[in-house]
Amino acid sequence: MSMAQTADIGVRPADEATAEPSILLEARGLTRRFGGLVACRDVDLRIPAGGIVSIIGPNGAGKTTFFNVVAGIMDPSGGTVVFRGRTLITMPRRTWLEPIFWVLPAAIALLVTYLLGAFNGEESSTAVGMLVVIAVLATTLLTAIIRPRWYSRLMDRFGILRSARPNDVVAAGIGRTFQNIRLFQNMTALENVLVGMHLKLRSNLGDHLISSPRQRTDEEAAARRASELLALVGLQGIENELAKNLPYGDQRRLELARALANDPVLLLLDEPTAGMNPNETSEMTALIGRLRSDLGVSVLLIEHDMRVVMGISDHILVLDHGERIAEGTPEEVRKNQRVIEAYLGTGAS
Amino acid sequence: MSAVLQRPAQSSRGPGLRARLSAFSTRHRSISVIVGMAITAAVLPLIVLLPPFSSFSGQSIWIDGFTIAGIYVLLALGLNIVVGLSGLLDLGYAAFFAIGAYTYAFAASPFTGNEFPFWPMLLVGAVMAAIFGILLGAPTLRLRGDYLAIVTLGFGEIVPIVILNSSKYTDGPNGIGGITPPSIGDFLFPTTGNPWPFYLTMLALITLSMILIYRLQDSRLGRAWMAIREDELAAAANGVNTVTTKLLAFALGASTAGLAGVFLASKLQTVTPNLFRFDVSFTVLAMVVLGGMGNVWGVAIGAFIIFMIQSVFLKQLNLFFDNVHVPILSDVDFLQYQFLLYGIALVAMMLLRPEGLFPSRRRRRELHTEEDAEFGEHGDPMGAAPE
Repeated sequence: MSMAQTADIGVRPADEATAEPSILLEARGLTRRFGGLVACRDVDLRIPAGGIVSIIGPNGAGKTTFFNVVAGIMDPSGGTVVFRGRTLITMPRRTWLEPIFWVLPAAIALLVTYLLGAFNGEESSTAVGMLVVIAVLATTLLTAIIRPRWYSRLMDRFGILRSARPNDVVAAGIGRTFQNIRLFQNMTALENVLVGMHLKLRSNLGDHLISSPRQRTDEEAAARRASELLALVGLQGIENELAKNLPYGDQRRLELARALANDPVLLLLDEPTAGMNPNETSEMTALIGRLRSDLGVSVLLIEHDMRVVMGISDHILVLDHGERIAEGTPEEVRKNQRVIEAYLGTGAS
Repeated sequence: MSAVLQRPAQSSRGPGLRARLSAFSTRHRSISVIVGMAITAAVLPLIVLLPPFSSFSGQSIWIDGFTIAGIYVLLALGLNIVVGLSGLLDLGYAAFFAIGAYTYAFAASPFTGNEFPFWPMLLVGAVMAAIFGILLGAPTLRLRGDYLAIVTLGFGEIVPIVILNSSKYTDGPNGIGGITPPSIGDFLFPTTGNPWPFYLTMLALITLSMILIYRLQDSRLGRAWMAIREDELAAAANGVNTVTTKLLAFALGASTAGLAGVFLASKLQTVTPNLFRFDVSFTVLAMVVLGGMGNVWGVAIGAFIIFMIQSVFLKQLNLFFDNVHVPILSDVDFLQYQFLLYGIALVAMMLLRPEGLFPSRRRRRELHTEEDAEFGEHGDPMGAAPE
């Protein structure tokens, strides 16, 4: 059943027609090593559209590592993640080839300027030639650093693959929250949500500078939508509070609103009820359920609280020491012998 | 008892007007900037006609001083984008100032024989500085805090030294002289005597920069800058492209310095590498910190005040103690202790008023939250839960 062979699993868009349309996200053989420690080994996971899938496991089981790999924060050591038929996360491949493309334009420029007679001994023409070559080199390197989409496609054509960056993952339609809340502490609640809406706003630098009508309508619509989202998670009337001044439960909700701001198809929630009292926990659980029914968002959840997990998940993946030990519906997982052992130790049942 | 009763009445009247004014200025940023700068432009030349100031020097010398102060205001406004908004500590900011100044020096001086007009060169200087801003920004994208400060410090040193040593192209330590002053039609800006054309040009440049910076700050780009300042990983996880956003911060911050550089070259009509040493970077950073990081008006006023203290107050202090013959103090040259005073002012500021003289509303709330201390504790509630 090993699906560890990453190299030949479809990584080009063309190969991905095989993915079933109802499968939103598919992780195949996802592996992540930290030196000798394998935090995540050969994890396969399928999230159907509209599903709520949970990952559970004891501390140090590799749940957050799995999340971070899916969210593009760290590169996998093996395996791929296909999201809506597009390979999003993959092990970097043939990246040693890339520097060739960085110097190639400069080398061509050097050749061209040489053939045009730039280096014939005259000082001014030499200077011009050098300037041209340096400018071409700098532009190429800058392009490689900024990595616009056409550049990625071009590299893809030569088989050079890099994993998506966190912002690309967001652009693809995946939102996430963090285990230890990472709000923008010194910005207001509304501004936090507006940052989450960053990719939704289409105004560019020129619009900002001349304060164009598009910019203004964009901003007004964004502020309205942000207030709606705050109301959706139950945070009306705190728009202008600084995020750090909010009570803990509200910070969690605010982070959820921020993750929703980009209209994600899939939400990655890393322990959304950690540190909450039972009352807040049940409210949060209801909220997550509502997100699916009202917004049609699929959810991938890491959670320790079994009431939450068993209550709302369609499907549960149990990890221990980075490996999958069980998978199935809540009922199946609850009865699984290995899960009981992992949580309670051998001989406990 | 009566004092207690009086206070609410007073404060309720004060904030009412202030709140309305600030609401108006938030809604009509550009108008309020233009009005504010117009008032400043009119009031400053009049104030110096009044007794204590009029005895120091004549009006035209004062206005000349204000024009130079304006250059520092521009620099502080630009550095505020990089340090105040985006939280990227840049200690080599004078390099972009130098690049702007030398751009104009190459474009309009007998040294190169070029005669490009001043006004388009303002834009060219800004663009050149922005390009170098990106070139500096690109390799430092992964750096933060102290490490970024060290690299930018190095860049700030490299540029003047390169200019100093490539004497063939820049005439080394002598600098480039005889730079053409700006002109409108046939009217060439006078370099001595009538200080008004330069003064008004400077004010127009500051007004324009402030309007544009306010607009950037209130846009999605400004929010992305603040998000990166707060938490870079969370910003990336919310769709902010940290690479281009940081590069834009460097580029736009540098372009303001380039603008200031072009103006400086045309005002002084000579540029030397000495004008762009580390102390300029440091002075501008001190201006941003003392003025109130992140607040456009605060930074501008802070820069103006510090420049005036440095160029007028200390000189007057020297003269004063010379005249009254105080035994030790009359031998002290206060101008030489300028950086000592900066240091003391910065330390005192960090202890007493860390948000700066004129903080943005945000900074003030950020640093004065005694009443919310309990909630502040919850900032990282999980404690040990690292990524």
